[in-house]
Amino acid sequence: MRTRRHWTEHGLAFVAPFFAFYALFLLWPLALGLKMSLGSDNITGQGGEFVGFDNYAEALKDPDMWSSLWNTLWFTALSTVPLVLTGLAMALIAHHLRFADWLWRLSWFAPFLLPSGVVGLLWLWIIYPSDFGLADQLLDTVGLHPGIGWLTDERYAMLSIVGTTLWWTVGFNFLLYLAGLQAIPRHLYEAAELDGANAWQRLRRVTLPMLRRTTGVVVILQLLASLKIFDQVYIMTRGGPDESTRPLLLYVYEHGFTGYRIGYASAASYLFFALIVLISLLQLRFTRRARQENAV
Amino acid sequence: MRSRTDHESGRRPRWTPGRLALLLGALLLAALWVLPLAYAFATSLKPQGEEVDTPLTWIGSRITFEAYEQVWEAGDLPRWILNTAYVATVTTALTVLLSAMAAYGFARTTFRGRRLLYGLVLAGIMVPPQVLMAPLFAQMLALGLVDTYWGVILPQVAVPAMVFILVKFFEEVPRELEEAAFCDGAGRWRVFFTIVLPLSRPVLAAVAIFTFIQTWNNFLWPFLVTTDPGGMTLPVGLVNVQSSYGVRYAQVMASLVIAGLPLLFVFAFFQRQIVRGIAHTGLAGR
Repeated sequence: MRTRRHWTEHGLAFVAPFFAFYALFLLWPLALGLKMSLGSDNITGQGGEFVGFDNYAEALKDPDMWSSLWNTLWFTALSTVPLVLTGLAMALIAHHLRFADWLWRLSWFAPFLLPSGVVGLLWLWIIYPSDFGLADQLLDTVGLHPGIGWLTDERYAMLSIVGTTLWWTVGFNFLLYLAGLQAIPRHLYEAAELDGANAWQRLRRVTLPMLRRTTGVVVILQLLASLKIFDQVYIMTRGGPDESTRPLLLYVYEHGFTGYRIGYASAASYLFFALIVLISLLQLRFTRRARQENAV
Repeated sequence: MRSRTDHESGRRPRWTPGRLALLLGALLLAALWVLPLAYAFATSLKPQGEEVDTPLTWIGSRITFEAYEQVWEAGDLPRWILNTAYVATVTTALTVLLSAMAAYGFARTTFRGRRLLYGLVLAGIMVPPQVLMAPLFAQMLALGLVDTYWGVILPQVAVPAMVFILVKFFEEVPRELEEAAFCDGAGRWRVFFTIVLPLSRPVLAAVAIFTFIQTWNNFLWPFLVTTDPGGMTLPVGLVNVQSSYGVRYAQVMASLVIAGLPLLFVFAFFQRQIVRGIAHTGLAGR
């Protein structure tokens, strides 16, 4: 085995440059943040004293923290399902239509190419001014006179944020599903057709099962993205009305950068990090079990 | 633009009623997705003050580029576009090179501590970037990198998700290709640069394009780390001038068009390669 030596050669040298950056700009600030969360530092990161777990205890007792946490979870629950299903539907349509592929790719993915700030302002312009906004005017022309406070009514504000997010980011899920569909071997469909399966049966028995791994990836990426909701809310509602759309990251931002309590904000963000780890582990376990059941 | 399909068999199916219904659905969805963008574009061409007229019109009393001129004069657009292009290009190049090397090291070599290091990298995927903002800022202050290009670039370079994607890909590359080169006397680095990297072009393209989009549009970090208008990126600069308009929507929409166009062109040209690249990453499953 002359080549055995080659497989172990230079291994660390390949990894080291990346890891240097990773340690310096991710692991180190992560540790620094943990240290900050145990102190009473202000924004400059100086002049604080060690307070142990006081910040964590305070955060866990604050009802505002809990309501922000709830808003983040609620947004994640509301947004994940439509974002995954719409992406899947778009990919199925584009893949089976076999016509003007570029048009669907371009129009459904285009919003993803815009910065969050721009997306927020655009949708404010469309839904917020209730007398001259595009949304209300369009509904008016089809005979509905909504007069809905899209962003000012507690019942609709979160849904409006979900709608904006759907429009903005569904294109990414669409592309993942489209790539997944293109990777399904054609002979499976040919075999199914020979067996007399109709279009609906081919979708249920071939396409959807073959997309299971893609769906796993799309769902976990979507969960992580939804849990990090911040930009759209910050621009469109600042967390209102009556704090009903304020996600946990806005709570962290308000305490850290506006309220200058960086130690407390760090503690709250570490609680949030713990939540993300928990959800990721649950999801991992869930998919692993699903895979084992399939293997049987 | 050509509308040829990507699928293996070039033959297009017939226009059955079912397929026509599918087309109708596609057109409806496309309209829904394009309408807001078209509306923004229409608004940006209206004369001052007419944006808020009721009932709403798509075209004002005349078509004018006044709003674009005002945005152009209010800020330093050419500078911001160059800054953004520079930052996004350097970040993308570094990210692709470093992640590809690291991924190859994790996927194809053995060394002590490999599993531990890879575990640490995987754990990093879950870290929300916002958690790092405050300590990173303190770190940049200490390093004297605030208001520099490197201050914007360096923290964005180590992206654990990209390493993960590339590891998954490299694991599938047949080892025989490399073995053959080793037997011919090629060293590890030569094998990596002359065999593995060229083989991975579609995946690297997908990783590069997503890194580029992300860096081009990133707001929060460049916003925190630049205070000097001359060093701002496009999203930061545009938000900065927006605060001086108040509610002049024509200008806001004009800056939206300016911010969106460069990437739209990039995507229009590379869309097919992007989808193929994702299909190759294994991200989409196989």
